[in-house]
Amino acid sequence: MPRTIAEKILGAHAGRDVSAGDIVVAAVDFTMGQDGTSMMIIDELERLGAERVFDRERFAMVIDHSAPSPVAGTSRIHAKMRAAADKYGSLLYDIGEGICHQIVPEHGHVLPGDLVVGADSHTCTYGALNAAATGVGSTDLAAAAYTGKLWFKAPESMRIICRGALPNGSYSKDLALHLVGDIGADGATYRSVEFAGEAIAALSVDARFTICNMAVEMGAKFGIMEADEKMLKWIEGRAAGAHAGPARPTAPDAGARYVEVREYDVSRLGPQVAKPHTVDNVVPVEEVAGAAIQQGVIGTCTNGRVEDFEAAAKILAGRRVDRHTRLICVPASKAVLIEVIERGIHRALLDAGAVFVTPGCGPCVGTHDGIPGDYENVVSTANRNFLGRMGNPEGVNIYLASPATVAASVIEGRIADPRKYLARG
Amino acid sequence: MVLRGKARLVKPRDDINTDYIIAGRYKFKSEDMTELAQHLFEDLDARFVERIAPGDIVVAGSNFGCGSSREQAPRVILAAGLSAVVAESFARIFYRNAFNLGLPLIEARTDFIQEDDELEIDLDRGALRDLTQQRDTSIKPLPPVMQTLLADGGLVAHLKRHGGFALE
Repeated sequence: MPRTIAEKILGAHAGRDVSAGDIVVAAVDFTMGQDGTSMMIIDELERLGAERVFDRERFAMVIDHSAPSPVAGTSRIHAKMRAAADKYGSLLYDIGEGICHQIVPEHGHVLPGDLVVGADSHTCTYGALNAAATGVGSTDLAAAAYTGKLWFKAPESMRIICRGALPNGSYSKDLALHLVGDIGADGATYRSVEFAGEAIAALSVDARFTICNMAVEMGAKFGIMEADEKMLKWIEGRAAGAHAGPARPTAPDAGARYVEVREYDVSRLGPQVAKPHTVDNVVPVEEVAGAAIQQGVIGTCTNGRVEDFEAAAKILAGRRVDRHTRLICVPASKAVLIEVIERGIHRALLDAGAVFVTPGCGPCVGTHDGIPGDYENVVSTANRNFLGRMGNPEGVNIYLASPATVAASVIEGRIADPRKYLARG
Repeated sequence: MVLRGKARLVKPRDDINTDYIIAGRYKFKSEDMTELAQHLFEDLDARFVERIAPGDIVVAGSNFGCGSSREQAPRVILAAGLSAVVAESFARIFYRNAFNLGLPLIEARTDFIQEDDELEIDLDRGALRDLTQQRDTSIKPLPPVMQTLLADGGLVAHLKRHGGFALE
């Protein structure tokens, strides 16, 4: 029987043929928790009576959500994570190393054909490396870190084919927002979404992460892309430690069954913006241009990579952030920060008036690094714009957009179309 | 299993995300679920916790629990003393987390249910009765995996009892 990518990866890890709807117990390749979820993973490992994890090279804890710690309560959580990593001899990425979803691929912990679970909903990001990766809660993660296995319901699959080439001024973020807006916040619930087509193939691997990252914003369990030369080159030399297994690129069989196939032509897609307070409330930038903003954010697991800062610097070089507006830049990892510095991107953004904070989640989850004031509006490259998300529900509106749109907007202090700056530049 | 309690509606009905259940500004700085429970649904309804009593049942629309994977969301609902959530549909990760912890989630039509209605849910018969309105509706049968997890008292208890997964 022809099978989808999800069916094939789950089957390979369960040791039997798997079809959508089957309940399987499958071996996992990597497990991960962050500082908003690891304390409960540690508690559940204790309750399980775990003296060890299934593989110390395949369980990582990452301190990224509130790093460095802004309050004593968080500091206690971080201390608990460090002590647990010592106890289990497992991987720990401490403050400043970066966001879990950048760290895990960057350090070679995920390869094509892998099955990965993370105690963070944006774990689906690794689908850009042809992995079946999904977010789970702390109890599931503890079970997986202890036994090396987890139960899964094999999902139905949906195929999204993107044709054409993105026009100048439009980026993978605009495509991701457009897809979430069109499909809706629960339009792909429990499904594995396969992204395909020449518009996807043309994207850099970093730009592909942005799209798979937002698969969960349409409810998906997995968001997976097929392996190609570009992807295999990206992972070359990154595979780490005991986990340096062979990559097992996995493509769907001809005739695999999809519950839905959608085709998009991206060749006329302009910059997109998600308006408050849901991610699927997406409109073309023209419809919100002019809305006042007081803060811009470039970073997060969606758009905190080198080419994101490069796109912003291209617009901001030689220009100034509006004096009533702040621009906060948060590199997704230390490696990203180093490259951004070495290539002079950092200087161009600082000269324009930007502020850099520690690599990590930054202000995205509302714990530190730029909590908006009452009745302020924010334009951010993040993936969520829920009321109160950034730490203050009092009249705060969050708009989501590409790094280029954020850069254009902070120049004007209003949401702005980046294409006019690119045309002039 | 039969659950009985007063309906506690959350608004808006649809797409209640985990940040609305418990905001990030609280959950990243405390491990004390009882303390966090004081802030349940705070950004949607600052007085929600004042009107709940042990055993009450949360009632919502579609896609309840979307957003983050943070397990504080179902844990805080349990810590607040609520016995179940009834909604038209649930987001995937939240759904697993709740059953892993022993919090029953029930999929049923909820648009007729009013605040304070007395609800009775019979998980074995697959029925929800609104005792106040004297109205019945069927509930979507629980998948066998979820029935097993609920019967065993959550995932950790399940693994300890069976020495591993016994769900296939």
